[in-house]
Amino acid sequence: MRYSAFSVLKNALSGHKGWKPVWREPEPKAEYDVIIVGGGGHGLSTAYYLAKEFGLTNVAVIEKGYLGSGNIGRNTTIIRSNYMLPGNERFYELSMKLWEGLEQDFNYNAMVSQRGVINLYHSDGQRDAYARRGNAMRLEGVDAELLDRKALEKLCPYLDFDNGRFPIQGGLLQKRGGTARHDAVAWGYARGADMRGVDIIQNCEVTGFVIEAGVVKGVETSKGTIRAKKVGVAAAGNTTRVMDKAGLRLPIESHVLQAFVTEGLKPIINTVITFGVGHFYISQSDKGGLVFGGDLDGYNSYAQRGNLAMVEHVCEAGMAMVPMIGRARVLRSWGGIMDMSMDGSPIIDKTPVDGLYLNCGWCYGGFKATPASGMCFAHLIARDAPHPVATELRLDRFETGRVIDETGRGAQPNLH
Amino acid sequence: MRIPCPHCGERDHAEFVYRGDATVVRPDPDAPGAARAFHEFVHLRTNPAGLHKEHWYHEGGCRAWIVVERNTVTHEVMGAVTAEAFALSGGLSGRKANA
Ligand SMILES: Cc1cc2nc3c(=O)[nH]c(=O)nc-3n(C[C@H](O)[C@H](O)[C@H](O)COP(=O)(O)OP(=O)(O)OC[C@H]3O[C@@H](n4cnc5c(N)ncnc54)[C@H](O)[C@@H]3O)c2cc1C
Ligand SMILES: [Zn+2]
Repeated sequence: MRYSAFSVLKNALSGHKGWKPVWREPEPKAEYDVIIVGGGGHGLSTAYYLAKEFGLTNVAVIEKGYLGSGNIGRNTTIIRSNYMLPGNERFYELSMKLWEGLEQDFNYNAMVSQRGVINLYHSDGQRDAYARRGNAMRLEGVDAELLDRKALEKLCPYLDFDNGRFPIQGGLLQKRGGTARHDAVAWGYARGADMRGVDIIQNCEVTGFVIEAGVVKGVETSKGTIRAKKVGVAAAGNTTRVMDKAGLRLPIESHVLQAFVTEGLKPIINTVITFGVGHFYISQSDKGGLVFGGDLDGYNSYAQRGNLAMVEHVCEAGMAMVPMIGRARVLRSWGGIMDMSMDGSPIIDKTPVDGLYLNCGWCYGGFKATPASGMCFAHLIARDAPHPVATELRLDRFETGRVIDETGRGAQPNLH
Repeated sequence: MRIPCPHCGERDHAEFVYRGDATVVRPDPDAPGAARAFHEFVHLRTNPAGLHKEHWYHEGGCRAWIVVERNTVTHEVMGAVTAEAFALSGGLSGRKANA
């Protein structure tokens, strides 16, 4: 069913009894052309673009839980393309362009909202660093605007500009950045893929690979062996556990990142804002909840929950930036497992096993990448060659020294 | 999460700084294949779901490096020894310790 104003009206008049489930729940076939391991945002968008852009429809997405149970349903929904290094910026800008046309493309309301993203600066040195980042973005044709204090006061009068310790001098604004509804992104891609014939198989865990003479021939799952000509893995925080089964050791550590949401409030935070000292960022969902988060807890973790020390840090940083939120009550907090790479940038590449492709290293920023990640991974799988904007997202870049380290922190995943 | 520092006793983990996997061993730079060995040492991690031996630095206490064994799935801390004791006991015999 195509969604439109007409279909909403028609179903409203018939008591909303006409809506159908948006994807099937098929049993796995014996063999597919392509199997995608992981039904998160990236696995689903990959399947969607495989079918839509590359004509591959004999495809299955295999998900161990239910759709959206991983990070795609746990993130704070920020989309932006304010990166500095060419290897990243071209990729994230493709993603931003795909976001801008996404809802028309897959005929689903993903609530893409370009409300802007502002990174605050608190010192002259930090202003210079953001000026440089903004210039690097503009060189790639991406919008960036350096706001001084006056301009920022007009946009966000509620910030604590004269904070005694960290006064706010201004911010770097990307107007085209913003938020999107994370669950709807997963559902929209799932529906679009399913409509084109992709089988989405939930509650089915991949437990191993079928590898014959160095070539992948399928996967072992909790529902038996499923054969495939090609297999792409997009398992985010569980990448290591999955790729262990293919005998690969990766430049990845799994870490927990927490997020928080308050009770619903009237509109008060009109954009996405990140604090420039300590880790804190905030936006307001369309339902009214303040959605905020901070840094990784900082230790290896596969638990989808963190500790109180980071809760305290995030709340303190929030109070330093926007004291007015101090009276809002936090409703929920949760954690997700991040696939932290050694340089803070992602990997979309082939592996030493023929026919086995890898998509990982999203750190805490893979939601914004969902469209481009799917497009580029689909390109790689279908054509056996990297998409032009993803040529630097290589698995071997750590060995060859071509790392993409935005912050220059080195091989310490919890600092990226 | 509370970490039993061998010097200071049980303390809140917030007193510590995390470094990471304690079982990777700095290779011999003069040995054949050193470039590859250094890549593995610097970049590749076993990243287990389960028991993990890891370096923590007790910044807010005795300022010693210690090795903590912790379950990455439950955050249960199994125990801790000084980094020195860990090295002397052969804990650095390679990544198998985290297998
Ligand atoms: C608290 C938090 C806040 C974040 N905020 C942002 C943000 O504001 N902006 C942003 O850009 N990014 C953000 N991120 C990061 C973003 O959510 C992730 O990088 C991105 O969702 C990862 O890709 P994915 O959607 O494919 O992952 P997931 O949804 O985790 O998908 C991976 C899937 O693989 C499945 N899987 C794993 N192992 C197996 C197996 N053996 N067999 C079958 N299936 C398997 C999992 O069940 C999971 O569903 C945030 C993350 C968290 C946790
Ligand atoms: Zn101590």
